[in-house]
Amino acid sequence: MTQYIVRRLLLMPLTLIGVTLLIFGMLSFLSPAERVSLYVRDIPKNDIVMDSLIERYGLDDPFLVQYYHWLVGHQDASTGEWTGGILRGEFGYSRSANQNIVDLIKRRFPATVELALYSIVPLIGVGTWLGIVAARNHDKFIDQLARLFGILGYSFPSFVFGLLMLMFVYAEHQIFPPDRLSNWANLIVNSEEFINYTSLVTIDALLNGRFDIFLDALRHLVLPIITLSYINWALYLRIMRSSMLEAMNQDYIVTARAKGVKEKDVFNKHAKPNAMIPIVTMSGMTIAGLLSGVTITETIFIYPGIGSAAAAASTQLDVVTILSLVLLTGFLLLVANLIVDITYAFMDPRVRLS
Amino acid sequence: MAEAQAIEKKLDGLIGEYTERKISRSERILGPELYRIIKGIFTTPSSMVGFFLIAVFILVAIFAPQIIPPKENTLDPYKIRRDGFASVPKAPGTVWAKDPPELTWWYETFVGDEWVHLFGTASGGWDIFYGVIWGTRTAIKVGLIIEGVTLLLGIIIGCLAGFYRGVLDDIIMRVVEVFQTFPFIMAAMTLSAILTPIIGKGIWPATIALVAFGWMSYARLIRGDILSVRERDYILAARVVGAKDSRIMFKHIIPNAIYPTLVVASLDIGTIVVSFAALSFLGIGTEIGYADWGQLVSFARNWIPQLSNYWWILIYPGMALVLFVLGWNLVGDALRDIMDPRMRNR
Repeated sequence: MTQYIVRRLLLMPLTLIGVTLLIFGMLSFLSPAERVSLYVRDIPKNDIVMDSLIERYGLDDPFLVQYYHWLVGHQDASTGEWTGGILRGEFGYSRSANQNIVDLIKRRFPATVELALYSIVPLIGVGTWLGIVAARNHDKFIDQLARLFGILGYSFPSFVFGLLMLMFVYAEHQIFPPDRLSNWANLIVNSEEFINYTSLVTIDALLNGRFDIFLDALRHLVLPIITLSYINWALYLRIMRSSMLEAMNQDYIVTARAKGVKEKDVFNKHAKPNAMIPIVTMSGMTIAGLLSGVTITETIFIYPGIGSAAAAASTQLDVVTILSLVLLTGFLLLVANLIVDITYAFMDPRVRLS
Repeated sequence: MAEAQAIEKKLDGLIGEYTERKISRSERILGPELYRIIKGIFTTPSSMVGFFLIAVFILVAIFAPQIIPPKENTLDPYKIRRDGFASVPKAPGTVWAKDPPELTWWYETFVGDEWVHLFGTASGGWDIFYGVIWGTRTAIKVGLIIEGVTLLLGIIIGCLAGFYRGVLDDIIMRVVEVFQTFPFIMAAMTLSAILTPIIGKGIWPATIALVAFGWMSYARLIRGDILSVRERDYILAARVVGAKDSRIMFKHIIPNAIYPTLVVASLDIGTIVVSFAALSFLGIGTEIGYADWGQLVSFARNWIPQLSNYWWILIYPGMALVLFVLGWNLVGDALRDIMDPRMRNR
């Protein structure tokens, strides 16, 4: 067990190096001129500027040299000062967002976290519940209905479902608007008197005693949450259903029944806890996926998170920004994966004891 | 004595039952496992609905030029035909004013002798009916290309890892891990954004990007199956009679290991088409006016506050996408139940 964890921890830096190499490799598909042109206006006139920029940032250097500079930064020959380098937290400047990428992440990430926090319970809870209902009524009408409902949701591309929600709920009835806050609330949140504790608007609003802002933020979260939940329910439904059916077929269920345990207790106390193991692994990955930005859902609902920032950057071909964001999300997923695997090892006695 | 006779009779009956089970011709050709799978998907009602949906889409794609012909002498039939450049979307049923397509026989028979915008237009005069019909072609074309290349890549890499094992396997699996670290859509989005200035707009940047970040699951799947197949007795038997490595690989291991991967892959087309549509919905890849469902749905984004007035921009292409994916998912879901060993004989 310890050996397994140590092995995984040792492999992680290796994977991280691979990840950065891959990202930087993608960047180097573009010629130096193409990479510079993002930052230069009026290109035909400013040919010299471009050349000097390429010279200054060493964009003509060999791949590995550039990779090294990207990773740890440049050292000024005369002063010995270091600049840039993602290891030192300097990701560069984002053209599409007009700010430093670190600031961009600091501003956008809490919004993504907030959306993820509120989506987890309806997404995983309801999906699992549907799976249990389907398994309990195996091959009856309710089972078929739940599965059809799940598959239908799974077949909706998130952008179609999100836009449908906006059409039927927002455009028709003017409730549950897109974006994160209404204008009036935004003014207050950005003003001096509103103290920023966590950057999660709903929690900050409560801490500041502004119940109206809390409600406003919740109002804006409703549609993205519904969208994210519905299109993912099928996954949890299917896994919980089949895992539940499998658990009901095990020997310990026969034992429990033979002892005279009530059927309800057999289902809830003996089968359910064991059937939950795959759900735990799945939810780890789902949470990581939600945290790494749900690109399309955020874009449709104009929700200012990591995902919509990445989408905006890539439509404007702002390669530097999107690569930094991808690096961030890749790192998040890597850590999440590790945590999931270790929890899984702890939960399953067969793995734990080996 | 009587008891023993009874038992013998019973046994006879059992043996008789066993030998009398008829093995049909198709089962003999396909083998028991594949036969069970194929019989399963053709007898489940939900997967039949799925097959029907897929068949309709394939027919629409094949007969697209007969349903609504492209502009004469056009270089690119996938360019959606437009009716003027009006910025306000026209409702379904509006007469096609400027430059209508030639009349087709089905249209004259069932609708009338003047083209109207059956599904309305988006802002800019793009005809949505044309987009949906030709978008079916794009969807199937893109789905097949991406799926084919991804699968081939995955199979080659997975076979290398599974067959040679050792260091090569370790390296390949590390690379797979690196590629799988990224969220799929975001990674594909990044790569197609980078490729767009290099190879220009069109279906290719998104296609390449989806292939580049899609092969890993197939590689893992086939590697696992190869690792299990190569331990079977018949492989040992082949070794014993002195078969060469290449013969064992191509004649014995791959044919026995490939089916699960092929089946899973063929049903991923729905997901792939959605991913492609998602990229072009975000505005990455195809240029505006390309007949592609994601592109069409993105027209609806400009009208969010008034979407209930301009519902047709969203509903028709959205419906095409949902039905297409639903078709594949229905078949896929039935298949998953059939293939899941835990679900067998229930």
